[in-house]
Amino acid sequence: MQISMTINGTDVTREIEPRVLLVHFIRDDLRLTGTHWGCDTTNCGTCVVLMDGQPVKSCTVLAAMADGHAITTVEGLADGATLDPVQQGFMEEHGLQCGFCTPGMMLTARALLDHNPHPEPLEIREAISGQICRCTGYATIVRSIQWAAEHPAGSAKTNPEADAEATPEATEEEVTA
Amino acid sequence: MQIPAPFDYVRASSVDNALALLDRYGAESRVVAGGHSLLPMMKLRLARPEWLIDINDLFELDYMLVDGQVLRIGAMTRHTALLESDDVQRLFPIITDAERVIADPIVRNRGTIGGSLCQADPAEDLSTVCHVLEAVAVVRGPAGERMLSMTEFHRGPYETAVGQNELLIEVRIPIRTRSGSAYEKVERRVGDWAVAAAGASVSLAADGTISHAAVGLTAVGLDRNVSEVDPVLLGQVPAEQLFVEAGRLAGLACDPLADQRGPVDYKRHLADELTRRVLRVACSRAATSAAHTTTDTTQEG
Repeated sequence: MQISMTINGTDVTREIEPRVLLVHFIRDDLRLTGTHWGCDTTNCGTCVVLMDGQPVKSCTVLAAMADGHAITTVEGLADGATLDPVQQGFMEEHGLQCGFCTPGMMLTARALLDHNPHPEPLEIREAISGQICRCTGYATIVRSIQWAAEHPAGSAKTNPEADAEATPEATEEEVTA
Repeated sequence: MQIPAPFDYVRASSVDNALALLDRYGAESRVVAGGHSLLPMMKLRLARPEWLIDINDLFELDYMLVDGQVLRIGAMTRHTALLESDDVQRLFPIITDAERVIADPIVRNRGTIGGSLCQADPAEDLSTVCHVLEAVAVVRGPAGERMLSMTEFHRGPYETAVGQNELLIEVRIPIRTRSGSAYEKVERRVGDWAVAAAGASVSLAADGTISHAAVGLTAVGLDRNVSEVDPVLLGQVPAEQLFVEAGRLAGLACDPLADQRGPVDYKRHLADELTRRVLRVACSRAATSAAHTTTDTTQEG
């Protein structure tokens, strides 16, 4: 079947099997590997992406169900060379060690701050309670999100990986077109 | 890698269209709402539909409205919407209590009340809540709509009275004055199923005695309601001694299984303790509601 959706602001159309999960569509079809694939059982939350601005676990959403919707992955957080304040917060407050849970954590944080710009620490903990981090013990993640809340415009630091692609890999036809 | 077996996917555009699709594809088709129960089951081949009918575009089923003495909740209302609703918090705090501990915030963005009730998992929280609140399920099929009590609706674990060619479209909850309700769950971690949970709804008469009461238990081997408790509460003034007796009866009435979430005696203890707690909170909330009712009457008079 054919599906179309917006990924990080770019329209994509692909032919897929109906049983393909959104996480695999993003990673394998679009080659956006920032979204991690973890437990496969809706528990760990490393596959979280935003669907119309709301965090969802992409291992439990069919790519077909995302047809017609807007998806944001971690690659869509930075605006060119300017990091999202959430990304800056994770750098400032050491919000990660191994980084496996980080894409999902940051997207949930973005959605939380869009909904509630000044969350209490308890509200932050509740927002990320469906996601697992095995390195930091969560305290630094909470502080990272607090940093982002306190710096809604971020700081002047730029994205060291500004050249990295935030857009899905183009198909041959798209390149030709 | 957990991937469902192959199936064909079709997206319904309206309730009538969903019913037509169910009729067309028959017994090998399944409706998917939030998908957070069905997709995991399909990954494990516990469910293997040939056709998946996606009803996520049925915005006509995504609503909550107070209609006279009834709260009407559309079947596609997401858990997050229920949790964030002021009307729900004011009228049925038991729903807000339960929603706070159903799965996790991200799963709650997708899961729906209709999906939860139709999944009919014995450890599912909203089923107990709907039993305690004496909700009515509105089920639509080719022959029109049927109204089912929760006892009629739930036939057993993972089994409901919704026919293959029918769709649960609405849940109706009667609003009672001078009432309070509460829910509490013990879980091993956020997002896990309940080790045990209890819910209670209580109404008070003008003299402060209990005029209506219902207690329900989750995940401890009962058909939700603990009917043994209600007669003990009726006509009594809420008091700690009463809650202790109700808890004792609930602990005796339940029939839990020992599993990885705990042994039988621990679960009985939870049924007892959680029954006391939810009755305490429900009665206190009912007293507050009764005080407001009295104030309103005075002001109107």
